[in-house]
Amino acid sequence: MNSREFILSRVRAALGRGAADPVPEPPPVLLRFASSPPPDRAEKFRSALEALGGKVAIVNTPGEAGAYVESALAGRRAIASQAPILEACGIDSLPSVTTEHSRQACAAADASITSAEYALAETGTLVVSAGLRDSRMVSLLPPCHIAVIERSKILENLDEFLDVCRQPAAQSSAVVLITGPSRTADIEMRLVRGVHGPGEIHVVIVNNVTAAPSYASEET
Amino acid sequence: MAEPYQHKIANALGDPKLQLAIYSATGRLADGRRRTVSTEAFPDYQELRQHAHEIKKHTLNHLDFYLQELERNVEARGGRVIWARDGQEARAFIRNLARERATNLIVKSKSMTTEEIHLNEHLAQDGIEAVETDLGEYILQLAGEKPFHIIAPALHKTREDIAHLFERRLHAAHETTPERLTAIARAALREKFLEAGIGITGANFLVADSGMVVLVENEGNARLSCSAPRIHVAVSGIEKVIPRAQDLGVFLNLLGRSATGQPLSVYTSFLSGPRREGELDGPEEFYLVLLDNGRTKVLADAEKRQSLYCIRCGACLNNCPVYRKIGGYSYPWVYSGPIGKILTPQFMGVHQDPWLPFASSLCGACAEVCPVKIEIPKILLALRAEITEAGIQKGGMVEKLAFRMWAWLMRHPRIYERVAPVAAAAASRLPRAGPLKAWLSQRDLPPLARRSFRQLWRERRK
Repeated sequence: MNSREFILSRVRAALGRGAADPVPEPPPVLLRFASSPPPDRAEKFRSALEALGGKVAIVNTPGEAGAYVESALAGRRAIASQAPILEACGIDSLPSVTTEHSRQACAAADASITSAEYALAETGTLVVSAGLRDSRMVSLLPPCHIAVIERSKILENLDEFLDVCRQPAAQSSAVVLITGPSRTADIEMRLVRGVHGPGEIHVVIVNNVTAAPSYASEET
Repeated sequence: MAEPYQHKIANALGDPKLQLAIYSATGRLADGRRRTVSTEAFPDYQELRQHAHEIKKHTLNHLDFYLQELERNVEARGGRVIWARDGQEARAFIRNLARERATNLIVKSKSMTTEEIHLNEHLAQDGIEAVETDLGEYILQLAGEKPFHIIAPALHKTREDIAHLFERRLHAAHETTPERLTAIARAALREKFLEAGIGITGANFLVADSGMVVLVENEGNARLSCSAPRIHVAVSGIEKVIPRAQDLGVFLNLLGRSATGQPLSVYTSFLSGPRREGELDGPEEFYLVLLDNGRTKVLADAEKRQSLYCIRCGACLNNCPVYRKIGGYSYPWVYSGPIGKILTPQFMGVHQDPWLPFASSLCGACAEVCPVKIEIPKILLALRAEITEAGIQKGGMVEKLAFRMWAWLMRHPRIYERVAPVAAAAASRLPRAGPLKAWLSQRDLPPLARRSFRQLWRERRK
C-alpha cells in the first residue's frame, strides 16, 4: 500500500467511514460586510493604513497622483509595473522610474510602484496578484512600495473581497493581501518596520481616473 | 514528574530576567487579543468562533473527502501532492528533491510542522543547509535553540544576547538596537533568499475547493520563501484543510486577532501551484507535503478529535497561568502551553510524559480564548482518566486517602462542621517533610478563614 492509500485508509478507519460514504453540506458560508459609500471607504482606508505606519494620499486626478508619486520618490530609483493606471498618471515616464522587472532590478531598486486589484477599507489592506503586469518580487524586494489605485477599487473588508472574488486561485498563482509595512516584534517585543518586505508604504487613491484634470470634482 | 522537567521548571522560575520577559511578552500579546476581540471592536467574535468550530468539526469528520478534493485541485493547478506517513517519509522526499535538483541551500519560513519532524537537523546531516528566515527563528537557529513560543519564538532572548550572537556567528558589528539588529539579519538573509534552490514553508490553511495553501505572516519571509527559489515545498499536517476559499473569512478574522491582536496580519498569501504561463516570476515547481505523523491516531478518538482544530495562534499560551510562569522550555515537545499539554500525550503516547496532563490548574482560561473553541480542560481530564485507569501514574496513597476522607466528610455535614476548624488549624502547620513534602513543595495552602461560611450565615440570620 502506498502512503496515500495508507493515510486515507487510516483516516477512514478513524472516522468509521467508507470510501463512498456521502458527505453532507458544510456549514453555510459566513461573510459579514456592510457597504459604506466610496468617499467614506477611502477615509476609512486612510485611517486604518496610517495607524499601521503607512501613508495615504487621496487625490482627484491622475495628474495629482503622478505629482504625489514624484515627490514621494524624491529621486529614488523605482520600478513601475505595467498597470494602465500608472501610465494614465504619467508615472512610467518619471525620470527615476523604469519598467524593467527582473529580479536583479527589483533587488537593486529603492522603490516599486504598482497598482492593486482591490483595497480593503476596514484594515488598510492592498490586494495584489502576480501576473503579466506585476511580478511577485516587485512589491516585496524594494524597501519602499507605492501603490496607486482607483477609488472604485476599495471594498469594505476581507469578507467583501471573498464575496467578490470567490476563488482567488482563479486569478493568479499568488494573490497577496498586504496590510501595512513589513514588521516584526521578535526582539524584546519592540516593533521594527521593514524586515524582509518594504518598511515604507504609500497608497495613492485617485478619485477619478478617466476624467480630464478638473477642479470641480463632485467629492471635494 | 520526571526529574529533568523539575529542573527546567525550577530554572525558569528562578530566573528573574526570564520571568519578566515571559510575563511582558505574553501579557502584550494577550492585551492585543483582548482589545481586538472586544464586543465594541468585533461584535461578531463569538459567532465566528462557533462557526470556525463547526467548520473544523465538519471537515475533520469527513477528512478523507476533503483531502482528496484538495489533492485534485492542487494537481489541476500544476502542483504535486506528496503523502507522508511520518517525519521520515517527509524528510526523505525533501532530501531526494534537493539531491535531484542539485541544490544544497534551502530557505525556510517558520513552520511548527517542520520543527515537529526535526527537518533542519536531518538535512544538515545530509550536507543540506536549511536556513530559517523568520527573524526570531533565525536568531534561535544561530543560537542552536528551539522555539520558546509558537508565535514569539525568541521571546526569551534579550537584545544583548542577540548582539553577541550576531557578532560571533555573522561577524557583524556590535549593534544593540532592535532596528540595527533587524537590518543585519535582513542583509544576511537577502543573500540566502536569492541563492537558495528550494523554499520550504508551512501552511496556515489548505483550501480544498481551490487547492490553495494560505500563509499568514508579518515579515515577508514566507512570501520570499515561496517566490524567490525555483521550487516551493509546503509542508502541512493533514488537519489544516478547510472546505472553501470563502471559509477564510471566518478563519483569517480570528487568527490575527487571537495571535497578536492584528485584525489582519501584514501578509496573507493565497498560493495555488507553480508560476503560470504568462506570470513574470514564481516557482517552477510546487509540492504540497501532507503529513500524518500521528494525526490519524488523534482523529480516531471522537472525544479528543477536536485537538486537531487548532490553528496555532498561541492565545492559550499567552493566557495560561502555568505557561506564563514556566515558559516554553519546560514542556517535553515542540508544542508548549495548554495545546502542547493535550497534543503531546496524544502524538507521543501517554506513557512518555504521564505527568504532563496533571500539570494544570484546570482554570479554563485556554478554552475561553481559543478561537476555535477547543475544550482543552475537558481533554486534560480525559487524558488524566486514561493515564490513571491504565495504572501508568498512580495517585499516592496519602492523596487517595485524603480525598476519600474529604468525600466522606462532605456527605456528613454535622461531623464536617466539627472537624473542619480542627483540620484547618492543623493544615497550616503541616510538616514540609515526609509523604507530603513533594505535594507541598509546589503548593501554598491558602490561609483559612477563622469563621466558616456556615457560622457566618447562622449569625447573620439571627
